[in-house]
Amino acid sequence: MTLPPALSIRGLSKSFGPARIITDVTLDIAPGERHAIIGPNGAGKSTLFNLISGLYFPTAGSVALNGENISGLPPHQINRMGLSRSFQVSNIFTNMTVRENVRCGVLNTMGLGYSFWSNIGANKTAHAKTFEILERCGLSDKANVPASLLPYADQRSLEIAITIAGDPDVILLDEPTAGMSQSETARAVDLIAKATEGKTLLIVEHDMGVIFNLADRISVLVYGEILATGTPQEIRGNAEVREAYLGDEALPEELA
Amino acid sequence: MSTQDTFDYSAHVPSNAEKFRQRTLPLLIFAAILVAIPLTGPSRTMYTLMHQMGINIVLAMSYNMLLGRAGLLSFGHAVYFGFGGYFAMHVMNWIADGSGIWGGFPVFLLPVLGFGAGALAGAVIGWPSCRRAGTTFAMISLGVAELVASGAFMFDGFFGGEQGISGDRMNGPQMFGLTLGPISQVYWFIAFWTIVGVAGMYAFTRTPLGKLSEATRDNPQRVQFIGYNPQRVRYMVFIFAGGFAGLAGAMSAVNYEIFTPDAFSLGPSGFILIMAYVGGITYFVGPIFGAILLTYMQSMMSDFTDAWLLYLGVLFISIVMFAPRGLAGIVFGFGAGLRGPRPRAFLITWLTHLAGIALMLIGLIVLVEIAVRWSNGYGEAFAPFGLPLAQSNPLSWLLVLLSALAGGALTRRAARMREAQA
Ligand SMILES: Nc1ncnc2c1ncn2[C@@H]1O[C@H](COP(=O)(O)OP(=O)(O)OP(=O)(O)O)[C@@H](O)[C@H]1O
Ligand SMILES: [Mg+2]
Repeated sequence: MTLPPALSIRGLSKSFGPARIITDVTLDIAPGERHAIIGPNGAGKSTLFNLISGLYFPTAGSVALNGENISGLPPHQINRMGLSRSFQVSNIFTNMTVRENVRCGVLNTMGLGYSFWSNIGANKTAHAKTFEILERCGLSDKANVPASLLPYADQRSLEIAITIAGDPDVILLDEPTAGMSQSETARAVDLIAKATEGKTLLIVEHDMGVIFNLADRISVLVYGEILATGTPQEIRGNAEVREAYLGDEALPEELA
Repeated sequence: MSTQDTFDYSAHVPSNAEKFRQRTLPLLIFAAILVAIPLTGPSRTMYTLMHQMGINIVLAMSYNMLLGRAGLLSFGHAVYFGFGGYFAMHVMNWIADGSGIWGGFPVFLLPVLGFGAGALAGAVIGWPSCRRAGTTFAMISLGVAELVASGAFMFDGFFGGEQGISGDRMNGPQMFGLTLGPISQVYWFIAFWTIVGVAGMYAFTRTPLGKLSEATRDNPQRVQFIGYNPQRVRYMVFIFAGGFAGLAGAMSAVNYEIFTPDAFSLGPSGFILIMAYVGGITYFVGPIFGAILLTYMQSMMSDFTDAWLLYLGVLFISIVMFAPRGLAGIVFGFGAGLRGPRPRAFLITWLTHLAGIALMLIGLIVLVEIAVRWSNGYGEAFAPFGLPLAQSNPLSWLLVLLSALAGGALTRRAARMREAQA
């Protein structure tokens, strides 16, 4: 018996009024695969994430998660089915501490639901889980800092921490390293590689070094359409891609 | 699980001693104060005032579950107070009849039923209104309040028409040996339920739902992506807020033995909002400060001056503009400043500021009191401390002008001093 794809996108389209932003995107992502989406600014990468995660309703087409249709479901239900996403612009709970932010992300997997009869502060498992995540994301020494006071790179780490806190099977990361320095990027990539071990990852990235290191396969999105999908080697060798997007000068030296 | 066993996170979470000091102890002190108050032999007036304070503390805090903790601005919180109170009044009369199951119900436990009635009203009204936060929610709450208030004057069977419904609390089985007859016995009823209400609402903030309420206030979009429906979070919080308002309603029903449809009108709803906001909505205990001060102002100042609502308005506007963290923010800020690196400089600045505000306040009071008497035209003169300040007396106007100017100068000076210290 073969497993269904972790994520199966079929003929997905999205228009805002007359503007077609996503056009007939079809893509299968196998369980455990690390898949990168690249493409120029405004290509529709974030919109694609919004469609998959339930924030936007598709104009046409469907998305299935582990073989179950999820298009049309509200985001919280999709999240409970095991798909979690991060945001390109940090989207955290600014009035809470780092620890409380992550603890919010943990609640759901603790089976706590909307409960109003248990004391969260006394929940040892929730504590342990929260600090495991904080530790993994290099945030445990900032646990009690208000999230709004975090330096930018740490906010990005917190964004990832909240995303992985709920133990999702499928993780969508939207430009997790955007705006980071080289050393911060290296640390973030390390964190992403570890946190997504054995999970399915869909990642939007601009940093070619990151992508060619991390991804099993790459899809190139241009003007809302998938131009090509393949292994890093195939994408690097694809003349159409080089012309449309990468441009010879955009490729890092050692990869060109 | 291996990392969980080895990593010691105890350094990063509050210790049990800290938890006791910061969480349990203040509540115990609050309870101890309430228990100690009767030892001072309060007068009847004092009792009456304190009972109203207890009711308003629970009510303002229940409102803050919405405004402060869930980011929901409601203009109709008196509705849930009213339903809780009316239901308690009806049950009180059923108890007096002694018929059926109600004959054996103690009046002392009416707040439990008030909670139920308020929560039920919240569940019905919240269903359509909690879909959206922000302006939509605020407008719906206003509409619902108007609707219920006008309904309360129409359906006399339940609401008792303009004279409302009255009853007698001295019926049914007693609890703790309290007949609830003398006012000093009602005190224990009010104190008990004030503590239960405050402790209950505090416990709520510690639950997953309480935390989700804050998360939904801060960022409803992200809440969806950690697996929760913000509408459902709001709805559930709304039901609880209605419940605690209903509890306060039943406290009021037992205390006054009467409820009238006026309880539902926009005035009380606005007063609840002002109590919570003046007290400080970002602090859990903020509304306690607001409830105590405003209840005091309401019952004491209305005896002294016709213009007390005007002073209330000035207080509210000043807090909104100059101290958005409310009285609690001022008090805790004062404490933090004294424990800060330069307590002396801080204290001097603070006292300068206080003097400035006091002077401006004197100017305002003299102006208002003269104006009120002038406009009433009874020929009565404002004479504080035996000093006659008629409108024809140039000294009056000089006093207004000078204290306003001096006060303004002092506050500006305090602001500059604060800037220099920062
Ligand atoms: N809600 C919306 N309404 C109208 N237009 C939208 C909306 N969301 C996105 N768009 C448009 O869709 C296009 C694609 O946007 P999107 O954010 O998906 O691009 P992107 O590939 O993520 O770009 P970037 O690399 O800059 O993040 C843009 O032209 C944007 O203006
Ligand atoms: Mg984007």
